[in-house]
Amino acid sequence: MTALTADVEPTAAQSLARRLLRRPELGAVAGAAAVFVFFSVVADPFLRAASLGTVLYASSTIGIMAVPVALLMIGGEFDLSAGVMVTSSALVSSMFSYQMTANTWVGVGVSLLVTLALGAFNGILLVRTKLPSFIITLGTFLMLSGLNLGLTKLISGTVSTKHIGDMQGFPTCRDLFASHWTIGSVDLQVTILWWLGLVVVATWVLLRTRAGNWIFAAGGNPEAARAVGVPVARTKVGLYTAVAFCAWISGQHLLFSFDVVQSGEGVGNEFLYIIAAVIGGCLMTGGYGSAVGSAVGAFIFGVTSKGIVYAQWNPDWFTFFLGAMLLLATLLNTFVRRRAEAGR
Amino acid sequence: MTAQDQNTPEEPQGPLVALSGVSKAYGNVLALRDVSLDVHAGEVTCVLGDNGAGKSTLIKIIAGVHPHDSGTYTVAGTPVRHASPREALDHGIATVHQDLAVVPLMPVWRNFFLGSEPVKGRGPLRRLDVATMRATTRTALLRFGIDLRDVDQPIGTLSGGERQCVAIARAVHFGAQVLVLDEPTAALGVRQSGMVLRYVAAARDAGLGVVLITHNPHHAYLVGDRFVLLKRGAMAGSHLKKDITLDALTRQMSGGSELDELTHELSRTPAATGPVAATDPETTA
Repeated sequence: MTALTADVEPTAAQSLARRLLRRPELGAVAGAAAVFVFFSVVADPFLRAASLGTVLYASSTIGIMAVPVALLMIGGEFDLSAGVMVTSSALVSSMFSYQMTANTWVGVGVSLLVTLALGAFNGILLVRTKLPSFIITLGTFLMLSGLNLGLTKLISGTVSTKHIGDMQGFPTCRDLFASHWTIGSVDLQVTILWWLGLVVVATWVLLRTRAGNWIFAAGGNPEAARAVGVPVARTKVGLYTAVAFCAWISGQHLLFSFDVVQSGEGVGNEFLYIIAAVIGGCLMTGGYGSAVGSAVGAFIFGVTSKGIVYAQWNPDWFTFFLGAMLLLATLLNTFVRRRAEAGR
Repeated sequence: MTAQDQNTPEEPQGPLVALSGVSKAYGNVLALRDVSLDVHAGEVTCVLGDNGAGKSTLIKIIAGVHPHDSGTYTVAGTPVRHASPREALDHGIATVHQDLAVVPLMPVWRNFFLGSEPVKGRGPLRRLDVATMRATTRTALLRFGIDLRDVDQPIGTLSGGERQCVAIARAVHFGAQVLVLDEPTAALGVRQSGMVLRYVAAARDAGLGVVLITHNPHHAYLVGDRFVLLKRGAMAGSHLKKDITLDALTRQMSGGSELDELTHELSRTPAATGPVAATDPETTA
């Protein structure tokens, strides 16, 4: 009765293996190493230093959104509107600055408020109606993609926004959201910094704050969480606003690196974010996963999408690879979770 | 902070929690009618009843999930009307639900402190006091005789009985004065049930008032001091342990007069009535 666990102490190697198996990122790290080695072998230019910048840039554009989407999935919900919300955020910023002939910083600020409101709308609708997040965000996804096109045509007359490159504030906005610098032969985009910063902050929040504990609990067993006093509804609304905040960062990057925004963009990207999170070890059912895993998932995306280009293959193969990775990663994750949930 | 500080089983005052004439209706359905019960420090009050007797409605009222419609609910003599589980918790009433007590994939120590996490540091550096959380979890469980070598394991890897015990130890650690246990032994085998009942007794001995909801009179009689029987939302009896035997309790619990009827019905001779096969061996007994 006194000792409920086995009496034998595990050896160091055993406990290390056990600790590793308990990490949500395990499958993703193995997968990332595999695709990296694979493309290093089949694509000659892949290992050049210059390629690294390109791969990291591709990873970061997905990774910035994969971080909050992973947090949201750990919290037990989806956001299908995340892809078009990026475009909405860019459109609001661009069109507000242009129409009001305001400093672009004003547009950036207005865009932040609007985007956060969109995220909060998703979250509040979810906790008020208690409908599945799949339905609610599918609804906002469709509404936003319609609004993006409709309002842009109404205001600009075309499907894209006007150039704002010559407007006041543009250069400094560009420095923050779309600058890049060169170290040796590697060209590094500022999005990589945003991405890594978000991963660090999200990991800190998840593992070392009360909010993080609540996110895991809200996804893992909301009733139990509520019963011990965790503000589950507030946690979920917070997660949706976090997705919106990152959509704002991505949207501003889009705007200030290309100067114009195509209003039809972003559709389908929500799945890339979810795939990165799932490959990174997030469970579809919530309660398990990590921000670092989502970053590894995004890195796999970057390596695969650019690796195929460097190998001079038809880019059509990309989705095949992505699908295969997704299936393998999910199988591995399910296996890990069964181990975690199974009785002793 | 822990309940050990107020270890005074012989409390001169009245009950910690008292319900008197409490009723609750869901729409037109009267789920609970005129129910009274007392919970004293260092005692176990058992609520017994069949499925649909109103046990879960009663537990929800005590736990603060639903407020009561009429009657009085007092905590340490003060009338209360809880609007949320949090309010009940603030009054020292902790509830351990049957199957929603824990988050299976979270480590034991995170589960232990869920909703009441200690923090240190300030501003953006405000963070969980992880070392304290781990160490406290270990010692709090040890006090209940649960020796976990690894508090980092997901709580889902523990057995059902162990999980109930962690939830009980948790409530005691956070200074609960009244512990409400919803069918803690319902899904468990004999050995695991024994383990849980032992911790119920340990909580009682630590000076807590315990409300044990169950449909098993044998488990109730082992640890109970008071027994409240519910039947179709109303009280069917209220007894002190000294006034009732296990047999009488079992009998009342299983329906008393209804059981007589059932006995009669089942023992009819095959010749007298029935489609029952004449060779049924039970009927000759």
